[in-house]
Amino acid sequence: MSQVLIQTHGLSKVYDRGSEQIVAVDKVDFELRAGDFVSFVGPSGSGKTTLLHLLGCLDTPSSGDLNVAGTPIFQNGKSLSERQLTGIRRDLFGYVFQKFYLIPTLTVKENILLPFAFHKRAENALDVLELAQRLGLSHRLTHLPKELSGGEMQRVAIARAMINQPKIILADEPTGNLDSKRSTEIADILADLNKSAGLTIILVTHNPQLAAKAGRIIELRDGRIV
Amino acid sequence: MPTITGIAYKNLRRKRVRSILTVFGIALSTWVLVSLFGFNEGYQSSLNKDIDNLGFQVLLTAKGCPYEAATLMLQGGKGLRYMPENTLDSLRANPEVEELTPMLMQTVFDVNKGEDGGVVGYLGIDPVTYPKMKTYLTFRQGGWFQDANALEAVLGYEAGELEQREVGDKILIPEKNVEVMVVGILNRSGTQDDGTIFMPFKTMQNIFGVQDQLTSIGIKLKKDTDIAAYEEKLYELEDVQVVSMAQVKNTISSLVSTARVMVMSIAIIAILIAMVGVMNTILMSVLERYQEIGIMKSLGAATAHIFRLIWLETAILCFIGGIIGSGLSIALSKATDALIRYVLPYSPTGSLIRIDAPLVLRSIGIIVLIGLVSGIYPAWRAARIKPIEAIRSSEGEL
Ligand SMILES: Nc1ncnc2c1ncn2[C@@H]1O[C@H](COP(=O)(O)OP(=O)(O)OP(=O)(O)O)[C@@H](O)[C@H]1O
Ligand SMILES: [Mg+2]
Repeated sequence: MSQVLIQTHGLSKVYDRGSEQIVAVDKVDFELRAGDFVSFVGPSGSGKTTLLHLLGCLDTPSSGDLNVAGTPIFQNGKSLSERQLTGIRRDLFGYVFQKFYLIPTLTVKENILLPFAFHKRAENALDVLELAQRLGLSHRLTHLPKELSGGEMQRVAIARAMINQPKIILADEPTGNLDSKRSTEIADILADLNKSAGLTIILVTHNPQLAAKAGRIIELRDGRIV
Repeated sequence: MPTITGIAYKNLRRKRVRSILTVFGIALSTWVLVSLFGFNEGYQSSLNKDIDNLGFQVLLTAKGCPYEAATLMLQGGKGLRYMPENTLDSLRANPEVEELTPMLMQTVFDVNKGEDGGVVGYLGIDPVTYPKMKTYLTFRQGGWFQDANALEAVLGYEAGELEQREVGDKILIPEKNVEVMVVGILNRSGTQDDGTIFMPFKTMQNIFGVQDQLTSIGIKLKKDTDIAAYEEKLYELEDVQVVSMAQVKNTISSLVSTARVMVMSIAIIAILIAMVGVMNTILMSVLERYQEIGIMKSLGAATAHIFRLIWLETAILCFIGGIIGSGLSIALSKATDALIRYVLPYSPTGSLIRIDAPLVLRSIGIIVLIGLVSGIYPAWRAARIKPIEAIRSSEGEL
């Protein structure tokens, strides 16, 4: 069996909305292994995004434990410091969102290399030209984001998430802003990265066809895995 | 490879008009600051130079007599008082004295001056000691008198223009009907000497019938003399008044300090306005980039990185503004000089504003420092942004 990258026990997130308490994620036990390609599906409000943020160490759980690559992130109500979390996010995770969040003043190449503005290039970092070629962006490297199509922008965001060779890619409805042809294209890219490069991926999507490309489909309802 | 500096710089170009306006505000306050510092240095040194140009530290005049020929002329030639020439001898006995120069002022009414006639001032001097003290006086034509009793005159620059005389011409002293030969015309010195007609004081004593009388004596003291103590001693002489150049300097300086306080408060207000402008610009740009900054943090940017990014943007704005403002103040220094001269109660003749490289560097340093202080809050706000908040705030709305 391959290495366990993410493990949760009774992971929960409760929001206080005035008098009402909303349980967005409800005592989730989940395990992700290296090389997995998992998709989260479920109706709107079922807690997919919230769970993804918790797993990606972007959000703090209300209760429960989270262990990433052998490091306890949250345990017995204790959490790593913000500085340590920054390091975990940088080294272990690559994030792709529905909105692409490219920096409009930087070229495609600079956007892909953005993580290295803040940290020395890691030994195992990918070559930007190779990565661009793999994602079909070679001819776009000197362009600004506003000169790209939506599909191209999302591929730039994927390249940026991958450049640092993270262990896990977290993608929250990465095709939400794209038409069906482009959506399939992005899902195919992710599936290919998983197969050929062995990248571990969690994909959140509404689209059953895209979800089907994953090796494992996890359905959420009212914050619980069903 | 993108760098934090590059990202900061490119971001400032994103909202070009806003950045330019902010830089403009900073440039204006730099202009005020540089001019103010330049004024502080220039005014003092011009004043010192004016007073050093007098050549003597103490002026002794007959009690009630005006200090200078020009003042005397303004008063219509009234108020002349005399002291005996042998005062020189008693002064010469003082060990503190290095050099003495006797002076005799006189005025006459010249019916040919102007439309209705006017007062003409003459200053009798000693051809040996006076030129030594007033080394800054240079000749456009000719030179000083040949001997102490010569019937000769040297004209100040403006006096020469007014009388329309050249060297070798004669001028007539009205009332006295004596002609004297012009032997020299001075270059413009920017002092009251410009309007004066000089003659040997002995000659003037004879022409005006004031034998053995003087109106004032310039006293040059030996180096390291306690000027104040010596002045005290002079008061023991009868019927004289002591004009201390150090005192004159102080009086003028205190007159001007009021104006200086005013200029200083204008500068502080200008700087405050620029500070608020900078803070506003940077804060707006931080709030607009809430999500971008959040994403940078999720990509591994630490709090310190974001703080540095925003601080750099502030510093770049202030640095550019500082340079433009300094250039502006150098280019406009003549105009600023004229403006200050207009406002001040008394201005020395030299330039009021002196701007040099250290001063410019200091001002730019201060502006950048002030900018960095105003950048602290926006930078802190930006550094505190949590990636989750930035992403959650926008994923829903599209
Ligand atoms: N910041 C918040 N404050 C209060 N409630 C929240 C907050 N974020 C999410 N929720 C609630 O938590 C629940 C789960 O939300 P979440 O965004 O995880 O759902 P989702 O499955 O991603 O939905 P969608 O498919 O629409 O993106 C929802 O009921 C939502 O209203
Ligand atoms: Mg969601």
